[in-house]
Amino acid sequence: MTLRVLAIDDSLTIRNLLHAALSEAGFEVHFAEDGSQGLERLEEADPHVVITDINMPVLDGFGFIESVRRQHPDRPVPILVLTTESSPALKERARRAGATGWIVKPFDEARLIGAIERVAAR
Amino acid sequence: MKDTQTESTNRNGELVAFQVSGQDFCIDIMSVREIRGWTETTILPHAQDYVKGVINLRGAVVPVIDLSSRLGLGPTEPGPRHVIIITMIDGRTVGLLADVVSDILSVADAALQPVPDIASESARAYVSGVIATDQGMLRKIELARLLPASRPEVA
Amino acid sequence: MSGNDLREAFFQECEDLLEALQEGLQQIDSPEHDPETVHAVFRAVHSIKGGAGAFGLDALVQFAHRFETVLDRLREGEISADGPTIKLFYRAGDHLSDLVAMARSGDDAAEPDGAELLGALDELAGDAEDEDLSDLSFQPMTLDLDMIGAPDPDAACEKAGQSASGAARWLIDFTPTAALYASGNDPALLFRSLAQLGALTVHADTSGVAPLETAEPGPPGLRWQLELETDAALPDILAVFEFVEGMCGLEITPAADSLYGEDGPKPALPDNAAPGEATAIDAASASDPTAAANDETSPPADAGAGGPDGHDSAPPPATPANVPGSPPMNGPTNGGKATGAPQPTIRVNLDRVDRLINLVGELVIKEAMLAQSIAQLELPNDSSLHAGLDGLKQLAGDIQEGVMAIRAQPVKPMFQRMFRIVREAAAATGKQVRLDVQGEHTEVDKTVIERLVDPLTHMIRNAVDHGLETPEERLGAGKPAEGRVMLSAAHRSGRVMIEISDDGGGVDRERVRAIAERKGLVTPGADLTATEIDNLLFLPGFSSKDQVSNLSGRGVGLDVARSEIEALGGRVLITSRAGAGTTFSISLPLTLAVLEGMVVEVAGQTLVLPISVIQETLQPSSVAIHPLGRDSHVLANRGDLVPLVDLGARLGYRSEPPVLDDRVLLIVQLDNGRRGALVVDRIHDQRQVVIKSLERNYGQVKGVAAATILGDGRIALIIDPDEVIGAGAEPPPGDMPAAATG
Repeated sequence: MTLRVLAIDDSLTIRNLLHAALSEAGFEVHFAEDGSQGLERLEEADPHVVITDINMPVLDGFGFIESVRRQHPDRPVPILVLTTESSPALKERARRAGATGWIVKPFDEARLIGAIERVAAR
Repeated sequence: MKDTQTESTNRNGELVAFQVSGQDFCIDIMSVREIRGWTETTILPHAQDYVKGVINLRGAVVPVIDLSSRLGLGPTEPGPRHVIIITMIDGRTVGLLADVVSDILSVADAALQPVPDIASESARAYVSGVIATDQGMLRKIELARLLPASRPEVA
Repeated sequence: MSGNDLREAFFQECEDLLEALQEGLQQIDSPEHDPETVHAVFRAVHSIKGGAGAFGLDALVQFAHRFETVLDRLREGEISADGPTIKLFYRAGDHLSDLVAMARSGDDAAEPDGAELLGALDELAGDAEDEDLSDLSFQPMTLDLDMIGAPDPDAACEKAGQSASGAARWLIDFTPTAALYASGNDPALLFRSLAQLGALTVHADTSGVAPLETAEPGPPGLRWQLELETDAALPDILAVFEFVEGMCGLEITPAADSLYGEDGPKPALPDNAAPGEATAIDAASASDPTAAANDETSPPADAGAGGPDGHDSAPPPATPANVPGSPPMNGPTNGGKATGAPQPTIRVNLDRVDRLINLVGELVIKEAMLAQSIAQLELPNDSSLHAGLDGLKQLAGDIQEGVMAIRAQPVKPMFQRMFRIVREAAAATGKQVRLDVQGEHTEVDKTVIERLVDPLTHMIRNAVDHGLETPEERLGAGKPAEGRVMLSAAHRSGRVMIEISDDGGGVDRERVRAIAERKGLVTPGADLTATEIDNLLFLPGFSSKDQVSNLSGRGVGLDVARSEIEALGGRVLITSRAGAGTTFSISLPLTLAVLEGMVVEVAGQTLVLPISVIQETLQPSSVAIHPLGRDSHVLANRGDLVPLVDLGARLGYRSEPPVLDDRVLLIVQLDNGRRGALVVDRIHDQRQVVIKSLERNYGQVKGVAAATILGDGRIALIIDPDEVIGAGAEPPPGDMPAAATG
């Protein structure tokens, strides 16, 4: 079964990079450009794993995660936070919002795929 | 339209020979894109008298130079028998009006001789060398010199 | 996408981000700004950093990081955006832009010196910078072992029972909290990962309520005791628990011996088995949010543990887009001042667009040829062929318009660049300058914009360098010390007008005349109007290095700027009022590709005039024509005396016709606001024509804007009425040097 990933990032460059890496790994990738769009795409994409940026317009990564957790308490889809920071405080904040884990940018492909595989139940 | 497509190749030293006002000239085949029959041109205002106007070459606007006039041999009254040799000169596409294309020939560089001193001033201005053939003398035209030094009317 | 494409896409995105940054800074600089703007500025820099990191552009990453750190403090309200700070941000934005350009060209030799800037930024960053310094290197995340309370890995390895194969046995005591489940983590998946490291045995301890200090208050969790035999090192084992640290009790110790003996349950964990299945523990359903949430009305099991505070009792909203509550770092989500969702866009290689435009151009020409052939058939008016042709014409027109719209871009990015030009020119001259822009959403063909950047830069710089006075001079003249440069764009009758004006001292005409006379550009004492004097500034050779006043330097590059604009089919006009300032007006075609034209015949030649300039057509017999001087005529039209010009004669096709009967007069509007009357022989048609460059293979021709191809395949010239008539746009009389050299 093809693993479906919803990737949310306002940076086209990051989306491009994710697309290159995840398609290569044989994943089905859906994209959104901010948290609000991410919420909209969540239903149709029905992802096994969500990857989201933190700093985004309209609805940021924390807000997105909180909304997902609030809206789907019965279905804790794994959400990985993409972040350029690796400070414990930021991770703590992501976790409090309900994040499953994190990927530090710039990611290398193996770690990215590894992190997704680690949290994906399929 | 009777197009004679002349593919430019890597063969060295090939020349396209043609006649202008009864004299034999030639140019490097590498500069030649194609040879077309005469078509009516659109006259350009304020142009030099050797500029016959412009023609439509597959959507591009290409000026036509009357070689005879440019070489000081008098203006041509072009008719259906005349040809336009489409050339590339310094990145520009330019048509050259000639009487007839006579030959494509291969000539070693060694056969190219300097222009004799007795040649007229206008001939020396555009001819970079001469080649003796069985039929007579071919004058090799230096294409870059045919165009006006600068694009006209920039002021 | 190849790696290079990705990289190029990144740099293209950088352009957008730098523009957003620039725009955001200007908004912050204005009296009332939306707090969201600061976030947008932060995000722009942050995104550049993120992308740059992916491509290993270290210099860019480092600087963006420093800048971002300061912006973060601004965002958090720890510093305020006062004048000097904003100035610093502008400079930092410029520097960032330079670094991007440098990274794009790969020319790191030209690294701009940012030491002083960095120092200033670091000063603003304060303590925050120190905390974040560790992030600069962007090393892949390593686990902080202390946080998990694991023993020193080396020591642990020594203690772990080493098997002959080098594999060690580890005991893992793992107690997940409800928050772990709620975060989307799943013990089964952790075990699956562990099983990939080696042989894993799993034991579930149901003995009681979580006794561990680390457990969050909440429903009782399961306690798992695992035994892993692996040759992986401790950090690899810890990495499995990377995401759940703090959400579970975790103790990893080297095994001296098997904990459970032979009678302990040791089910090998199948790859896809959930822990509940493997161990069949009742308590699993109690701690599993999946089970708990079967009852829709009950709050999630993790209330207070990991979920967002204060939202647990709220029912989920019906529509996903309607997000209740304010996200922590953003302004209003919907309906607020934040801009609406951006239209989705795609990036297309320009070659493809241009190919499409060329094809559409050919289509339009073919359509015209077809129309001409059909006209020659002299079919009855009700022929279906006419209707079909009309439909085709309409379609071709619509397609053309649609394709042209692809190339149209707002002038905004170009205008944004001018802020920097103004800042730099102001800094270089010690003047205080404010740039105001208007009409930045005006759309123009991409190529026009690209080729306009250089001349516009020249003119903006000139406005600051030479148009504006020094602060002292301004104060002395009763003006505010800060000078203004205004840049505006607008569509006007099928063309784009761009104006650059300053509120400086205006052209010093006496001085300009004196310089021109000294340089032999005009005959001394020639009778020159004010406009003619102003236009001297555009003459090549007007300016020189031995200029004595700053005013004389106004000519620097203006002649070049003007010819660049004229090469685009544009024109520049200068107007100036002493003491009040100078305005340069640039008039440009909307597109370089098509033109709505009137096809006329003059002296047997077919010519095209832009419809946009034609005000009316007249019969010569209906108007009064007066001789003026020896060869000139004017006609009275709407209270004006309009100069009469025979198009054929002016283009050198014929001599002035003695009788105008049977000819047609076209009243045209000129750029300088005046009008003229052109004599033509016949009006053929009105149609859209595809503009073809005459310059590409030939050069510019006075009075001719471009060429086009008509239905019969012949070339027709497109006339520039301003050049044909426009004595006003001509250089003034006098001893002009021979035509400029190319």
